[in-house]
Amino acid sequence: MKVTQFVSTLALSISCAISASAFAADTIKVGVLHSLSGTMAISETTLKDTVLMMVEEQNKKGGLLGKQLEAVVVDPASNWPLFAEKTRELLTQEKVDVIFGSWTSVSRKSVLPVIEELNGLMFYPVQYEGEESSKNIFYTGAAPNQQAIPAVDYLMDELEIKRWVLAGTDYVYPRTTNKILLAYLKSKGVDEADIMVNYTPFGHSDWQSIVSDVKKFGSQGKKTAVVSTINGDANVPFYKELGNQGISSEDIPVIAFSVGEEELSGIDTKPLVGHLAAWNYFQSVESAENEAFIAQWKKFIGDDKRVTNDPMEATYIGFKMWAQAVTDAKTTDVDAVEQAMLGQTTPNLTGGIAKMNNNHHLSKPVLIGEIQDDGQLEVVWSTDSVVPGDAWSDFLPGSKDLIADWSPALKCGNFNTVTKVCSGQK
Amino acid sequence: MRHFLLICCVFFSHYLYAAQPTVVTSSVLSVQSSERLQKLTQNKLKQSLKVLQAIPSAEHKQLLPLYQALIKGQLYFIKSSGQLIKVVKTGNIKSYSEIFSAKVLEPQAKKAIKKVRVNNKIRVYLRQLLAKQALSAADPKARLLALRAVLKDLSPQSVLSITELRLAEKNIEVQQMMDVIIDIERARNAPLKLDKIAAIDRLGESLEPQVRTELVQIQANSSAPKVLKALEKALLSIDESRQFFGYLDQLFFGLSLGSVLLLAAIGLAITFGMMGVINMAHGEMIMLGAYTTYVVQLLMPNFIEYSLWVAVPLAFVVAGSVGILIERCVIRFLHGRPLETLLATFGISLILQQLVRSIFSPLNRQVESPQWMSGSWEINPIFSLTLNRLYILAFALLVFFALLFILKKTSLGLNVRAVSQNRAMAKALGIRTDRVDAMTFGLGSGIAGIAGVALSQLTNVGPNLGQAYIIDSFMVVVFGGVGNLFGTLVAAFSLGIANKILEPMTGAVLASIFVLVFIILFIQKRPKGLFPQKGRAAE
Repeated sequence: MKVTQFVSTLALSISCAISASAFAADTIKVGVLHSLSGTMAISETTLKDTVLMMVEEQNKKGGLLGKQLEAVVVDPASNWPLFAEKTRELLTQEKVDVIFGSWTSVSRKSVLPVIEELNGLMFYPVQYEGEESSKNIFYTGAAPNQQAIPAVDYLMDELEIKRWVLAGTDYVYPRTTNKILLAYLKSKGVDEADIMVNYTPFGHSDWQSIVSDVKKFGSQGKKTAVVSTINGDANVPFYKELGNQGISSEDIPVIAFSVGEEELSGIDTKPLVGHLAAWNYFQSVESAENEAFIAQWKKFIGDDKRVTNDPMEATYIGFKMWAQAVTDAKTTDVDAVEQAMLGQTTPNLTGGIAKMNNNHHLSKPVLIGEIQDDGQLEVVWSTDSVVPGDAWSDFLPGSKDLIADWSPALKCGNFNTVTKVCSGQK
Repeated sequence: MRHFLLICCVFFSHYLYAAQPTVVTSSVLSVQSSERLQKLTQNKLKQSLKVLQAIPSAEHKQLLPLYQALIKGQLYFIKSSGQLIKVVKTGNIKSYSEIFSAKVLEPQAKKAIKKVRVNNKIRVYLRQLLAKQALSAADPKARLLALRAVLKDLSPQSVLSITELRLAEKNIEVQQMMDVIIDIERARNAPLKLDKIAAIDRLGESLEPQVRTELVQIQANSSAPKVLKALEKALLSIDESRQFFGYLDQLFFGLSLGSVLLLAAIGLAITFGMMGVINMAHGEMIMLGAYTTYVVQLLMPNFIEYSLWVAVPLAFVVAGSVGILIERCVIRFLHGRPLETLLATFGISLILQQLVRSIFSPLNRQVESPQWMSGSWEINPIFSLTLNRLYILAFALLVFFALLFILKKTSLGLNVRAVSQNRAMAKALGIRTDRVDAMTFGLGSGIAGIAGVALSQLTNVGPNLGQAYIIDSFMVVVFGGVGNLFGTLVAAFSLGIANKILEPMTGAVLASIFVLVFIILFIQKRPKGLFPQKGRAAE
C-alpha cells in the first residue's frame, strides 16, 4: 500500500514537473482572480477585462522573455473563502507566475495566507485601508494617506466642513479606514458629538432611515459632509435615496472612496451632480497616455460607452511594472521579480510618474472629483505632486512606529522603528 | 413678432460686426466685468470664485444667463478666441449658442472648446445669488425657494427688502415664510424686549430647521432672563414637534419596509402558504419581474414615464407562465415530498439565475425611475415622504386586496381554497385539481413578478436580486401563519416597523439579527405563527 502510494505520488509529481516545465517553455501564465458573479461583479468584471487587454497588448509586442503570456481566469464569485481556494488552485494546479486580483479587503485577507505559504506574487489594484505589507503582494491602489486623509483635508479646508458622517459597509476596509479617520479628525480638534459613524451590510437596499438620520444630523447649523466607504452595488439605492429625500451636494456633500465611473454608469447621475469622489485617476483627466488608454479600452471591449476608472489604472500600472520587472530580472521567479519591482517606475495615466516604493506601495497623485451629469468625474482639487503610499498609518497608536521596507537591507513588512524589531513576518 | 425678429437681427448683426468677440454684448456691463469674466477661462477654480464675487451687484441681473449656464455646467469657451459660449446637451446632440443673446452658433469641434469648471462652492454661491434675484419671481414656489436661500444667510438689508415685499405678497405660504424671516430679525435685534419675546414666541411654531439654529445662536448671545425663558420655551416646543414628526418618519419607514416585505412575501403566501410547496425559486420570480421592467424600458426608451404600467401586467404574465411551466414540469411530480421539492426548486433558482447571467450579463442593469416616482412630498420642512416609497406602499396594499378578492370572491379562488383544504374531497367533487394547482402556482409566481417591478424601483436589478428577498419572504409567511393571507399582511408590517424602530438604536446589521432571533424564539413558542389555521383546514 505504502509503496504504491509512494510510486503514485512520485509519478504524479514527475508528471506535474514535466507538464509544468513543458508549459513554462511555452507561456508565462497570468492568473486573474476577480469575481465575475455576485455582489462585487459590478466592479471586478471590468478589471478582469483590463488584465486580458494588457495581456493581449503585451503579446502583440512579442510577449515577455520571448514567451507569450497566457491569462488564466477564475471566478471566486464574491465569496471570500473561495478567493483562498481559487488562489491555491491558480498557484498549485495552474502554476501561474503572477496573479492580478481581489477587490474587497476581506478577499485580500483571505488570499494572504495562501499566497505567502505558496510564495506567489499578487498585484492588488484597489484603494484599501493600509495596515498591511506582504512580501508577496504589491499594492497598486491607494493607501489611506493617498485617498482618505487628503479627502478629509479637502473637505475641512475648502468646504469648511464641521460635522462628519462616516458611513460604510460593514467589513474590514471601512472599519479600519474609519478608525484612522476618527483618530485623524480628533487630532484636528473635531468634537466626538460632531461625528456620526454608521455601518450597513453588503448589498444594503433600504437606506431611508439612515439617509433621514444623516439629514437630521446635518440640519444642526454646522456644515456637514458624508465620508462614504460604502462598497459595491449598495451605492445605487443609497444615492437614489439621497436624491429622493432631496439632499443635494450643496447641502450635504458626500465624498466616496469606492464610487468611480464604473459604478456611476449604472445610476441616473442628475441628482448627484456635485457629490465628490477621491481617487488617484479619473477618466476625464487630460493626458496623452490617458487618451490612448481610453481608446484602447473602448476598442478592446467593443463598446463606445464603457468607462475607465481608478482600479483600472492601478491594474495598468501594476501590469506595466510587472512586465518591466520580469524583463529586468530575466525570469518570472517570484523572489527575483519581487526585488526587481522595487524602485520600478512607469508613466501613470494622469501625466505623472508612478514609482514602486520599498514598502510595496506606489507613489500617486491624489485627485478630488465632482460627479457630473454625464456620470464622469471632474477634478476640482489635486495634490501638487505624487504622494508615496504609507503602509502603516501614522494616526493609529498601534501602527505609528511601524514601517515596511522590502529592500535587501531590511526585508520586513512591519518593522518597529522604536524597538528595532521586525515584529511579524520573518 | 416681426418687429421682434427685426430687432434681433439688428442686434445679432451688430454683434457679428464687433471686431473682437467679447464676452458680453450689452454696453451697460462695465469693461472691468468683461475682463473679469474672461478670467473664468483660465480654469483655476479658486480664482473663479473670486472673479464671480468681485462682480458688482448692480450687474447681477444682466449676468443671470451666464450664472445659470455656469450652475448647469453648460458654460464653455472657445480655446482660440476665449469667447464664452453655452453648450446644451440633449441626448447625443449638442447645441451651441451665444450666452446673452441665445443666438445659435455653428457646432464646434470637441477639442476646440473647453468647459468652464465649477465646483460646489461656486454653485452654492451662484445659487444664493440667483435665489435672491428670484425674490420677486412670478411663481410662488420660486419665491419660497428664494426665501429659503435668503434664510441661510440673513443680512439686515435682505430683511428690509423682504419687509417691503411682504406688504404686497398674496400667497399664504410665502407670507408665512416672510414672517419667519422678519421674526428672526426681530428676535435678534429688536430694541424692545417685548417685541423680541413676541417674535421668539412666534418662531417657536416654525419648523424650519434654520429657525432652531438661529434660536440656539440667539440663546448663546442673550442674557436677559425673560428673553432666555421665551427662548427655552420656543426651543422646547420646536423639539417636541420635531420628535413627533421623527416618530411619524420612523412609522413611515417601517410601513415602507413592510410594504416591500409584503410584496416579496405575498406570492409565497400562495405557493408556500396555500399549496404547501417549499418554493426556493420564489426569489427568481421576483427577479424575472424586475428584468421584465428592464426589457420594457429598453423597448420603449422614449416612454419611461409609462413603462411601469406596461411592465406590471407583462411581469405578471412572464413570471406567471414560468411558474406554470415549473409546476407542470417539476413540482407536480414531487407532491407531498417537501425535501425533494426544496432541492428541486433550489436547483431551478440556480438555473434561472445563471440563465439571466448568460442573457443579460452578471452586471446590474439600470432601471430608470419615472419622473412621477422620484422626489418627495413635502408636508412640512422637517417631514416629507419619498414618493417612490409612498406609491409602492399603496401598490402593495392594492395587490394584497386584489389577491384577497380573487381568493374570496371568484370561482378560481373557491377552487384554490377547496384544493388546499382537502385535496381528495375537492377531487371527488369534480374539481380538476391538477389544473387548479397549475393556476395557483402561476398566480403566486405572477404576483412575485409584479413585486419585481416594484422592487426594481428601489434596489439593484441583477441576477442576485431574488436571493436577497427569499429569506425575508419565508420569514414573513412563517411568522404570519402559513396559509393565512391576513397573517402575512400583519407580519410584514410588524416586522418592517420593528426593524425600523430597532435600526436607529442598534444599526442596520444588528437590527436584522435581532428580528431574526425574535422570530426564531417566537416560532419556538408558537410554531404555527401569529394566526394559525383553525379547524379541519389546519390538517
